[in-house]
Amino acid sequence: MSENTNILVVGIGGQGVMTATEILAEAAIALGHDVKKTEVAGMAQRGGVVSSHLRFGTRVLTPQIAPGAADVLLGFEAAEAMRWQHMLRPGGITLMNTARLVPPVVELGLYDYPEDPLTEIKKTGNKVVAFDATSIALDLGDIRLGNTVMLGAIADHLPFSAEVLLDCVLKRFARKGEKLVDLNRRAFAAGRAAVGAAEAAAA
Amino acid sequence: MAAVMPVPAASRVLMSGNEAVARAVWEAGVKVAAAYPGTPSTEMLEVISTYPDIYSEWSVNEKVSLEVAIGAAYAGSRAFCCMKHVGMNVASDALMTLTLTGVIGGLVIAIADDVGLSSSQNEQDSRFWGRFAHVPVLEPADSQEAYAMTLDAYELSERFQVPVILRMTTRINHVKGLVTVGERSEKASAGFRKEPARWVMTPTGAGKRIPLMFARVGELRKEAEVSPLNFIEPGRDRRVGFIASGPAYMHVKESFPDAPVLKLGFSCPLPFDKCRELAAMVDQVVVVEEVEPLVETELKAEGIAVIGKDILPLQGELAPNVLGPAIARLLGEEAPRLRSTPPMPLFPRPPTMCVACPHLGVYYTLSQVRNLTISGDIGCYTLGAGHPWNALDTCISMGASMGIALGLDKGRGEADKDKRILAVIGDSTFLHMGMQGLLDIVYNKGNVTVLLLDNRAVGMTGGQDNPGNGRDIHGDPAPRVDFAKLVEALGVRPERIHTVNPYELPVLFKTIREEVKAPEVSVIITDQPCVLIKDYHKLKAYEVIDDKCTGCGNCIDVGCPAIHVTRRGKEVKANGREVDLAFVRIETSVCTGCSLCVQPCAPNAIVHHVPVSPIKLVKGCEV
Repeated sequence: MSENTNILVVGIGGQGVMTATEILAEAAIALGHDVKKTEVAGMAQRGGVVSSHLRFGTRVLTPQIAPGAADVLLGFEAAEAMRWQHMLRPGGITLMNTARLVPPVVELGLYDYPEDPLTEIKKTGNKVVAFDATSIALDLGDIRLGNTVMLGAIADHLPFSAEVLLDCVLKRFARKGEKLVDLNRRAFAAGRAAVGAAEAAAA
Repeated sequence: MAAVMPVPAASRVLMSGNEAVARAVWEAGVKVAAAYPGTPSTEMLEVISTYPDIYSEWSVNEKVSLEVAIGAAYAGSRAFCCMKHVGMNVASDALMTLTLTGVIGGLVIAIADDVGLSSSQNEQDSRFWGRFAHVPVLEPADSQEAYAMTLDAYELSERFQVPVILRMTTRINHVKGLVTVGERSEKASAGFRKEPARWVMTPTGAGKRIPLMFARVGELRKEAEVSPLNFIEPGRDRRVGFIASGPAYMHVKESFPDAPVLKLGFSCPLPFDKCRELAAMVDQVVVVEEVEPLVETELKAEGIAVIGKDILPLQGELAPNVLGPAIARLLGEEAPRLRSTPPMPLFPRPPTMCVACPHLGVYYTLSQVRNLTISGDIGCYTLGAGHPWNALDTCISMGASMGIALGLDKGRGEADKDKRILAVIGDSTFLHMGMQGLLDIVYNKGNVTVLLLDNRAVGMTGGQDNPGNGRDIHGDPAPRVDFAKLVEALGVRPERIHTVNPYELPVLFKTIREEVKAPEVSVIITDQPCVLIKDYHKLKAYEVIDDKCTGCGNCIDVGCPAIHVTRRGKEVKANGREVDLAFVRIETSVCTGCSLCVQPCAPNAIVHHVPVSPIKLVKGCEV
């Protein structure tokens, strides 16, 4: 169990969480790992919570990550990164987009959105690196690049080289033209750099 | 849905349980496959429909889909049918007599149990059907097994001339794992052979088939004893031995790698001798099954001492974090320390209706009409029970909105005498099981206003086609039901049938208010497509002029997720009453211009968005 790598990718239906996890799975398969990927997202298409579990290693049995066993938490949205903190193992790390997506129940005044999810996560003592993936994507010209920015962000926190993951990302866009491949290459690099810069600043 | 077909044999592919079954169905030489969509089973038929050598269809309901598959199997062809757990409740009438006739061509029925209730109205254990109908049940534990057992199921089905249930759960259907695939082998159809004593089930005929059915159970049990799908892994720690099936097997192996395990892949009829063999090896036996104590009860009745639901929950998944502490307690050991902290308190994020969903107009209107009891149904529109509308009062099963509305009408007491009864049902649900209910309302002179929300799709499961939208499973043109004519044919008077645009709130409001007053059945059909299907066309986005917004919050009551509060405040009205204010903005990047929020905006603060510096969108970028 312990030799498996456990990656939890979280966000909201429609953000591309499941696609991102699928690309991570492809990278693990390319390296010859056994892989299982699971999520409960039956109604997530309707703006609900999505959490996608990826486990890889020599042999994976149970597909879902046990609470307290995730090595890396990749959060596509600030509050969602907070929601799943209990899933991290001691010493695990959160890589999170600081962008906030406020649900209708908060707009209706029934609940509050936390003032600052990053601070709340820091209070737990868990390691966390935060960056604005949505702004990075918009600066590159399309919010949909956010998914690749997030994959770039996790690239240096995997038990394999960032290039393997980058290859899997770019393979997805190979048929769609060099321009798109290049944009995604830049998005991946920008996500990687954002995490690198934040970690350097904290060190 | 990506075609799996081009994947060559012997490839190792990352597949969900649903994709794996679909691949095996194709390889098994199946000729006919039918289903009604239902989470978590839907993708099986979606993938099968990409194979041109299989006839596939979305049937109007699960019973019809099973009957189509039965007919094909009677004709001597291999057939497949799949459904979510509650679908088998609908199809069971056919199943319970199918077990007497048996089949010629192999027939596999994949049933997806939503263990953990990710998207269902209940949690049921479909392994009961194996016992109830006396047919075999196979239980895969991951995608590779889902693939392999589907192929096994066809062999078993033809050898014993019996339909086989492939019992899956959400944690099989929707989990992706590596599968090694093979090639399709064509199967010739035996052809339909007339044999009334077998195919025409009358009391005399059926009476003669019942002993054959029970004899078959005996033969199948012998087969289960020797089947390689049931095997014992001896293990070293003999204090507890486990009997497990489905995903629970993986959880047992993960939690107790050294324990002896009897893995049940062919779990009905139960191989009692194999169970005794395990019991003889260990101090005590724990049965780990999701969700009901079926194996446990049968083993106890057989005189085999086992432990099960006395220490394990009767609901939900038996994941390692559930199993570990339960077994530790059994052994009198300290429970393994949880390494995790409790979840941090946070707002919930329930599923919402989509931006510009045509149901928004309906529920906004219903939330404004007083004195209604609203009988609801299964679909996206069940979300109308939630905030901000709170406009749906019941929901139990497909099509139930009709009968329940009639019962609410006929059973009303003094307290409800002034209540208006309204039923809400979607197009696909209406065709699935609602038509008969409406006919019952008409025939029995009920006073119900029916809102038929025709969004031309099975929305909740991903927008599948149905007879209401004029497209078949491949998206090709098909005859389209005319709902207005249909309900008129059922006996609703033409003057009580209205087709309205759910984005025109004043018309919708007026129509509903008038029809609930009519002392007879009315049908109001809304006619705008689901925003997630290709029939939907986006319009120009809106924005809020901040200076004009008075913070009244009317637009928020529509419930569109594109509307966000920018600041809150309070205002004291002339009458001294203090009211809360919520000033808003519209997320123009997702707004598709449905105008539902514009209509209740008193100060006309919502106008078409004019981009100041247009963001360049990269065409074809799908991340």
